[in-house]
Amino acid sequence: MASKKNININLKIWRQKNAKAKGSMETYKLDNVSTDSSFLEMLDQLNEELINKQIEPVAFDHDCREGICGMCSLYINGRAHGPDTGITTCQLHMRMFNDGDTIFVEPWRSKAFPVIKDLVVDRTSFERIQQAGGFVSVNTSGNTIDANATPVPKHDADKAFEAAACIGCGACVATCKNGSAMLFVGAKVSQYALLPQGKVEATQRVLNMVRQMDEEGFGNCTNTGACEIECPKGISLENIARMNREFLKASLK
Amino acid sequence: MAKSALLKSSIAKKYWMALTGLFLCLFLAGHLAGNLQLIFGTASQFNQYALFMTSNPAVKLLSYLTYFSILFHAIDGIMLTVQNKKARPVAYAMNNPSNNSTLASRNMAVLGTLILVFIVTHMVNFWAVMHFDKNMPLVSREVSEMGMSQKVAVGVLGSQAPYFPLDAKGKLNAEVIRRNELTQKTVTTVVDKDGYVVFEGQKDLHKITFDFFQDPKTGLIATILYVLAMAVLAFHLLHGFQSAFQSLGVNNKFTPAIKSFGTLFAIIVPLLFAIIPVYIHFVK
Amino acid sequence: MKLDSKIPDGHISEKWTNHKNNLKLVAPNNRPKIDIIIVGTGLAGASAAASFAEMGYNVKAFCYQDSPRRAHSIAAQGGINAAKNYQNDGDSIYRLFYDTIKGGDYRAREANVHRLAEVSGNIIDQCVAQGVPFAREYGGMLDNRSFGGTQVQRTFYAAGQTGQQLLLGAYSALNRQIGLGRIEMYNRHEMLELVKVDGKARGIIARNLITGEIERHSAHAVIVATGGYGNVYFLSTNAMGSNVTAAWKIHRQGALFANPAYVQIHPTCIPVHGTNQSKLTLMSESLRNSGRIWVPKKKEDAEAIREGRLKPVQIAEGDRDYFLERRYPAFGNLVPRDVASRAAKERCDAGFGIEANDTNEGVYLDFSTEIQNKGKQAAYAKGNHNPSADEITTLGKKWLEEKYGNLFTMYQKITDENPYETPMKIYPAVHYTMGGVWVDYNLQSTIPGCFVAGEANFSDHGANRLGASALMQGLADGYFVLPYTVSNYLADDIRTGKISTDLPEFVEAENRVKDQINSFINNKGTKSVDHFHKRLGNIMWNKVGMGRNENGLTEAISEIAALKEEFYKNVYVPGSNDELNPELEKALRVADFIELGQLMAMDALQRKESCGGHFREEYQDSEGETLRDDVNFSFVGAWEYQGSDINKEVLHKEDLKYDFIKIAARNYK
Repeated sequence: MASKKNININLKIWRQKNAKAKGSMETYKLDNVSTDSSFLEMLDQLNEELINKQIEPVAFDHDCREGICGMCSLYINGRAHGPDTGITTCQLHMRMFNDGDTIFVEPWRSKAFPVIKDLVVDRTSFERIQQAGGFVSVNTSGNTIDANATPVPKHDADKAFEAAACIGCGACVATCKNGSAMLFVGAKVSQYALLPQGKVEATQRVLNMVRQMDEEGFGNCTNTGACEIECPKGISLENIARMNREFLKASLK
Repeated sequence: MAKSALLKSSIAKKYWMALTGLFLCLFLAGHLAGNLQLIFGTASQFNQYALFMTSNPAVKLLSYLTYFSILFHAIDGIMLTVQNKKARPVAYAMNNPSNNSTLASRNMAVLGTLILVFIVTHMVNFWAVMHFDKNMPLVSREVSEMGMSQKVAVGVLGSQAPYFPLDAKGKLNAEVIRRNELTQKTVTTVVDKDGYVVFEGQKDLHKITFDFFQDPKTGLIATILYVLAMAVLAFHLLHGFQSAFQSLGVNNKFTPAIKSFGTLFAIIVPLLFAIIPVYIHFVK
Repeated sequence: MKLDSKIPDGHISEKWTNHKNNLKLVAPNNRPKIDIIIVGTGLAGASAAASFAEMGYNVKAFCYQDSPRRAHSIAAQGGINAAKNYQNDGDSIYRLFYDTIKGGDYRAREANVHRLAEVSGNIIDQCVAQGVPFAREYGGMLDNRSFGGTQVQRTFYAAGQTGQQLLLGAYSALNRQIGLGRIEMYNRHEMLELVKVDGKARGIIARNLITGEIERHSAHAVIVATGGYGNVYFLSTNAMGSNVTAAWKIHRQGALFANPAYVQIHPTCIPVHGTNQSKLTLMSESLRNSGRIWVPKKKEDAEAIREGRLKPVQIAEGDRDYFLERRYPAFGNLVPRDVASRAAKERCDAGFGIEANDTNEGVYLDFSTEIQNKGKQAAYAKGNHNPSADEITTLGKKWLEEKYGNLFTMYQKITDENPYETPMKIYPAVHYTMGGVWVDYNLQSTIPGCFVAGEANFSDHGANRLGASALMQGLADGYFVLPYTVSNYLADDIRTGKISTDLPEFVEAENRVKDQINSFINNKGTKSVDHFHKRLGNIMWNKVGMGRNENGLTEAISEIAALKEEFYKNVYVPGSNDELNPELEKALRVADFIELGQLMAMDALQRKESCGGHFREEYQDSEGETLRDDVNFSFVGAWEYQGSDINKEVLHKEDLKYDFIKIAARNYK
């Protein structure tokens, strides 16, 4: 049985009024946090207390709260999405912490993810990378070929799916010591490279997406593997290797 | 687009890091094989090897490739590191990377810089001495002539004279000694007043190596520093070897084997390198 | 107001084809002269935006999230139905049509549902062409599975993340058009008002959520695809930001709101754990294939479990009440969602709930029988015909892990309990809203030029939605319906020219928005927005939830009206209007939820029958099953806004005609 108990914690949270303002770490004390609460519910609780004291609450990104939309972020105690693995911040529960703990909460730090306010960052650099080539150029039509006309080996379909499971949260960038977006881009390039439908545009896709990635100011991959460990969806480093291959092929064409 | 991508893009920079890095791994293996003769071979074998390494044109080509690789690897690495630093202008107040990556993988630039410093001192200590030191000892042996024992330098194959006498200090007893720039760099040539070559003696790399690590004042420190440098190299290789394959796009069913081999390589090669000075200092 | 559904004449299977052939077109050279606004970028919105941009229209798309990919379509787990008949089990467009009508408890429009079934196959073709990685068999062909309420395997899926993969497909099409400059994408923007000019929808007022700037955007047509309103209950499986605001704003501008009372309560969610809970998590319906739902037979056992004195595994087999198997022997644990949910509520209301939360609401979903069965099978398959008990258990757990490993891990992360060892605790939670903005066959609301797609409209699911049908509807609307019907509307606008945002109608609309925002910011209240939202949710869940009755609904209506008054008087919104201000965003949304909540109670009150997700306790048979009243209530109830007093809303009825399907009572016994 889950043991229900309440803990008291100290929070050190990054507060920053807006993109231009200078921010700082602020300390808050929060009592009676249920260990059954999720991390974001704990922040809700903090905000409720702040609002009741007429202090401006902490802004943070979140939406689905079930680990799939990719909107929540947060660098908690020095790790992307907190101390647990294979989950997003919204799936992190307070039972991972102890009474009296001090918890650091910071926004994703990356030149390509500027802070908007408090813990909210701007991840539109990811959007622009996708817009540069993360698609198959097929128009809407009731007359594309039948879905079963092109068989796809199960192995390829499964691998493509694993790559496509990326939720675009940016944890890979946040945790990478170089702020590299290679896992994110590699996953998208891989998904299409593995499927016959994506192969037609493979050359242009990888060149365009990598070019855009570089322009956005992400760092370079040094294969530390941190991204793979912290990725809430366990996207494999294989995808980065595949992108490296695809890029080489495309560059030599 | 495609052409410039092979130079400028972040991924291409990693190809070059990987290619030069892997080439340097090959170099390490070759260098180690030669060095091991310090333990398992005779002095003369070692000096023969040194002669071969500096005279064979194919080896020469390889050595230029090695210099290029080291330089490129270092410069490319520095550029990447600068970019990487810029990609995170504000650092985390609390960071806990040990949960997701190895110390070595996060510190390749630091390790690489240390290795570069080592390479420079290493070259100063041995390569430069051998190439530029006019007082470099030559391969010698005792000869007995008329009951008198005397130390003489041994001529290389094809030398005008088979021996050349040495003075009490072990230096060439000649009136004119000039290093011949045109011939092999491990050879000291004795030319007479008219410019004729009278003797070609081989520099004794084996001896300076032993002297270096057995020096009563600095030998121990040199040995320790050398061993430390090899430890740094080991960490660099520990991440670098398998990382190079990943950068080149090799991540498949062979990856576990590559990783295991890389780990073995990263431990064994620097370890063997490190054993040599230890052996020289303590055993010989 | 006479509601004209504009359903074309002819045989059901020819209506859509004939209709398409007769719709007006806009020539390619005229399309760049026409602007279309699309609000919401889920399956319906993203697919529509991409399609219109491909056709050559100027598209502006809006979403409140930081990326279109975050839309809550992404959270759909199970799959998408399509009448492909790849499995050769007799599926057809007609069967999909029939199952959907029946699943909706005969409260959906025949013509719409048939069209949905017709285009279902095209959706799969389109998605595969886009590179959506559906599950495949070893031969390389697409795999299918079966879902509740059907007897065929027609559900296409991508593990437990079908919604995600489909949305990313539509998102990639959207991105391609953004990259080509044909779509202007407005992330972190929220639509706060519809602008009508000469009675037609001609633009929106949106708030830039980062800067707080109030922006005017004009267009020749406005498409609202902003999803459902389940968050009116505060706790639901919806995303935290999911809201009714866009739909409610157009309702206030004259679009009728249909069947607000039709809410789907999903039976297998993780129970509420405490007062700080923000959200309920769905466990896939597929778990009911392997799990048996039960509560203790004895009240004292249930009490002991709640108090932690007994563990579920200590309850003897004979002391367990497998209430679904008991009540519905034919379908057992696989009855439709609404039936399973009500049965769980009935047991908990009777005092047999096992969860130690405020309301004791929770039942067990037990996999131990499946572990034994599958473990034995696995042992036999290995040639071990005399397996020990341990071997069976180990193999059985392994089987479960292969099939549901991800879900079990997710459950354990949330609850800290190991579902391999102890039964899962589940309880129904608000999941999907069948009701929505009333639209005609062309998906146009009662405001000309204002179209509504996906979950935001009411059209295809009647009173209950079948599993794997929501994704189908969203994409059908966006890819294969709107491009034709909106073009038909726009054919009259090729000479209109650009709509000026300086028109007085834009100024007025902007002022309405600014006034509302300022009133919140300047309000001298003391209570947070969440405080009111939770209270609203409480009223809704208790009185307009799974079981409804006249008394409760009447109370709810007046309680919500009172809550509304208190909300405006006493809500405190910190911060200012010219910055990222999540509390302000919430306040604007909750204001609309409160009005909607009241309307939902009114709609539930007027519908004196039980159908699908709408269960009126007065209208049930002796065994507690729903009693539909086809004579008096076979209509779509569409409400017309009459000012801020919701009690004054006027009900319009669109009679439902069943020409091609024979109405029958649903029976799952």
